[in-house]
Amino acid sequence: MALVEIRDVHKVFQRDSDRVDVFSGLTLDIPEGSFTALMGPSGSGKSTLLNLIAGLDRPSSGEVNVAGSPVSTMRPGQLAAWRARHIGFVFQQLNLLPVLTAYQNVELPLLLTRLSKKERDERIRLALGVVGLEDRMKHYPRQLSGGQEQRTAIARAIVADPTLVLLDEPTGQLDAKSSEDVLNLLNRLNREFNKTIILVTHDAHAATHAGTVLHLEKGALIEGQGAAV
Amino acid sequence: MKFLRIVLANLARHKRRTFLTTAGIALALFLFATLRTVVTTLQATAQFGSARRLVTTNATGIVFVLPLSYAERLRAVPGVTAVSWANWFGGKYGDGKRFFAQFAVDAQSYLAMYPEMTLPPEQREAFFREKTSVIVGRRLLDVYGWKLGQNITIQGTIFPGDWTFTIRGVYTPSNKVLNDDMLLFRHDYFDERIGRAGVAGWYVVEIDDPNNAGKIAKTIDDMFRNSSAATKTGTEQAFNASFATMWGNVSLLMGTIGMAVVFAILLVSTNAMMMSARERTRDIAVLKTIGFSDRVLFGLVMAEAAVISLTGSFVGLGAAKWLYRATNFNGAGFLPGFDVTVGTLLFGGGIALLLMLASGLVPAIQAARLPVVVALRRVE
Repeated sequence: MALVEIRDVHKVFQRDSDRVDVFSGLTLDIPEGSFTALMGPSGSGKSTLLNLIAGLDRPSSGEVNVAGSPVSTMRPGQLAAWRARHIGFVFQQLNLLPVLTAYQNVELPLLLTRLSKKERDERIRLALGVVGLEDRMKHYPRQLSGGQEQRTAIARAIVADPTLVLLDEPTGQLDAKSSEDVLNLLNRLNREFNKTIILVTHDAHAATHAGTVLHLEKGALIEGQGAAV
Repeated sequence: MKFLRIVLANLARHKRRTFLTTAGIALALFLFATLRTVVTTLQATAQFGSARRLVTTNATGIVFVLPLSYAERLRAVPGVTAVSWANWFGGKYGDGKRFFAQFAVDAQSYLAMYPEMTLPPEQREAFFREKTSVIVGRRLLDVYGWKLGQNITIQGTIFPGDWTFTIRGVYTPSNKVLNDDMLLFRHDYFDERIGRAGVAGWYVVEIDDPNNAGKIAKTIDDMFRNSSAATKTGTEQAFNASFATMWGNVSLLMGTIGMAVVFAILLVSTNAMMMSARERTRDIAVLKTIGFSDRVLFGLVMAEAAVISLTGSFVGLGAAKWLYRATNFNGAGFLPGFDVTVGTLLFGGGIALLLMLASGLVPAIQAARLPVVVALRRVE
């Protein structure tokens, strides 16, 4: 069963007088419980696709449905609540609020729920435990290594138990060891916790950790290299 | 409340800027409260006075005296129940750096006419008994560390010479607008020392019915119209107001400066808030990605503005209220009863709310409307 359904999506950016067609009728399904890597050169539309799936951006036309919700037609207020419930997002860098500790950063999505302080505390400790940072919870981002920062961001992305975890080049700024740690962690989240993961990456090695690899080029999926419908 | 930590953490991001902005608002509101209190004190002083007391001065001007013989004629005016008189002395004490008012008064009639000046009966009697005695305000006694029974010497300026008095009484005003920074001595002693018996600086006339004030004042002035010293009679409130209105333009100036200071701080704090919000474009985008709604983000930025504005106003207005009361400030006797009123505190609180709205609204709306994708792209 497809968790993410993308139907005939067109996305056009207007940059000054230039019209940039990022997608021209993209159709794609991503199954629940899958670990999908999105690859492609710069400007191929990987991050834009991720933004459309997360409801951070709207398609010019077409439909984006995630977990049965019509993301492309929801109002901003509905989208915020929907994202809080369904989406965990990790960027390449600067994921964490520098003024908050690792613990407080991970707590952010839970502040939007009705959980009690005690319940929030249990969830945060569990999430930080999963990413192996129980001993860093009182540290501020500046006191963490790049890998630890990304793992904290992943803890924040999973702490509210979202339907879908989206990662936009999470290992792009990391050294090989930290990168491997993060990718292994994603594998574990997918296998042990059955999280549906979509990973945007340039790195072919990183993509090997995914169950499915989709190649985007000039806004289109390259035939025969993915789970395109 | 669970978002308070985010608000405080953001404020702590640039501690110095937050401190300076808050301190700026505190100082602005302290100045505002001070300047407005000058105005309200002047207004209160202008309104002080019993409706049953009239003041008769020389029609040419208050610096010109009136014959003491007028007293009997004033007492004979229908509706007049009592008459007293006083003279401005204008001496200096010690090095003269600190000014306080000194008046020669007709002791018995003056104290009878001013029940607002309370002092123990035995001190009152001592003042009546001893010609060279004085009564002083409580503040004056405290400022100079004087004691009852102590001799003090005032150097006359208008009436030259050393004037030595014995402190026999300490009065406490029952109305805070009445100056407690004065020295009163006996008019008969004054008259004797200056060697030209029979002059008064002004008369205070008590009447039976405030409704007849206008009629009685006219009767008095008509009575002396063709005499060597024509009079000008009015209510005590009008007399006090005439002094206060000399400050009229000062009041306007004070109010204008106060509002200008507040406006300047408004611009500074708005700029600080906007800088702060601009620097956090990425953070706001991250929060939106997590699921923070536009409304929550609007509230968070407004809450920051509220913490700064309200803390600043609490400190500034609180300091003004506390400081002037603790130091018993009275502007060297020119601003008796100087105290920040509840009205001024409420007005200041209103300004703080306005500051909060004005400095927080723009960055809050910007944060709420910030498109996530644009923000992320801008930073990357």
